[in-house]
Amino acid sequence: MAVAKPTIVLGAWLALAFLASVVLGSAGAFAHAFLDHAVPLVGSTVHGSPGEVKVWFTQELEPAFSSLRVVDQNGAQVDRQNNAIDPGDRAVMKVSLPSLPPGKYKVFWHVLSVDTHTTEGTFSFEVVP
Amino acid sequence: MSAKSDSDPFDGAVFRAGLLAGAVLLAGRPDLAGAHGFAGDRFFPATILTDDPFVADEMSLPTFTRPPTAADGTHEFDLDVDIAKRITPDLGFTIGQGWVSSKTPGMPTVTGLSGLHTGLQYQLFIDPQREMMALAGLNVSWAHTGRVAALGASDFTTITPTFDFGKGFGDLPDTLPYFRPFAITGNLSYDFPTKPGSAGLPNPNNFNYGFAFEYSLEYLQHHVKDVSLRPPFDHLIPLIEVALSTPVNRGLSRNTTGTVQPGIIWAGPYYQIGAEAIIPVNALSGKGLGGLIQLHLYLDDIFPKSIGRPLLQW
Repeated sequence: MAVAKPTIVLGAWLALAFLASVVLGSAGAFAHAFLDHAVPLVGSTVHGSPGEVKVWFTQELEPAFSSLRVVDQNGAQVDRQNNAIDPGDRAVMKVSLPSLPPGKYKVFWHVLSVDTHTTEGTFSFEVVP
Repeated sequence: MSAKSDSDPFDGAVFRAGLLAGAVLLAGRPDLAGAHGFAGDRFFPATILTDDPFVADEMSLPTFTRPPTAADGTHEFDLDVDIAKRITPDLGFTIGQGWVSSKTPGMPTVTGLSGLHTGLQYQLFIDPQREMMALAGLNVSWAHTGRVAALGASDFTTITPTFDFGKGFGDLPDTLPYFRPFAITGNLSYDFPTKPGSAGLPNPNNFNYGFAFEYSLEYLQHHVKDVSLRPPFDHLIPLIEVALSTPVNRGLSRNTTGTVQPGIIWAGPYYQIGAEAIIPVNALSGKGLGGLIQLHLYLDDIFPKSIGRPLLQW
């Protein structure tokens, strides 16, 4: 009796582990979308104004609930407000920029991956002559 | 394309947005970035020694531990399973248990279960701007749920109120870019044993305190500066964890024990893998080096539409 109780509990945990491994094997490919890389590069200094900001994510995105915007040091939005997901690669989002004067800019992204997980983040870049 | 089709409510993009909005409403709110340790730009991994400052849908399966050799020369090997599950987006519970193999010099090897432990947790707040979060909890280690006589599992229940916090340093000035990936999480708790003594030895109240100091290469690469880290290095988080426990009464108040555990965690989209060395802080805590390795699954990412959601959103 003294041995049976822990054996039963251990068996229950092992059964749970087995169940988890079986279900994991059939789980769909979903996860939060993380930033993979961006152009301009995260934290980079670029000579002359870039024409756009383009961000690659680790998951495909839902366009209706995903956004990308660029603000200057005063917090004013400076992009052309036409952010869109690349129709050829739904894990890529971009927004066009007008000619930006030298200064520091911050990119805000807020995305909904196709499994309804929301993530957000920021990074900066600097424009020099 | 005609003007009519431009405003057609069944236009592809509009229709898709409507469908998605409907699905989101039916399923409850989207799984906002509070899941498994997000606070704004900051992702806090699930630490191994110290408690996490967030509710989550996660499972450690398994954690293999080889503790430092005990003061009496006992060698031990542990296998643990822990599950964290959200009930609502801010309320969760934990449950875990371990299996132990113990060998004392001159004695046969003894195996069996360590005690069952559970917890109820409430997310006090998450501040995305300051990369801060805090959690209050009540942990319980249950009596007679492991091998008491042979392995020293508790014959008494211990109730432990806890306070856990996390803070990322991403809000440091841009002039300190390489300090911004740092983060710290910490725990404060107090044990209330339900029996003053067991087998002739006192069961004191303990004050427990610990922290994890982390440097996130993921944060550096994706939020501060692209330093050309590529997978798997752009998801590594070196860290050092410290956990100490100090009895406060029953004649044991000088017997602080604990460990320092430097290590590294790789955090991917569905799971993380962690490994740490275990260094005892004094002779009471053991001698020599130990080590551990853990596979930790993010249930909310693996099963986003079923068991990865809070129970009340199923």
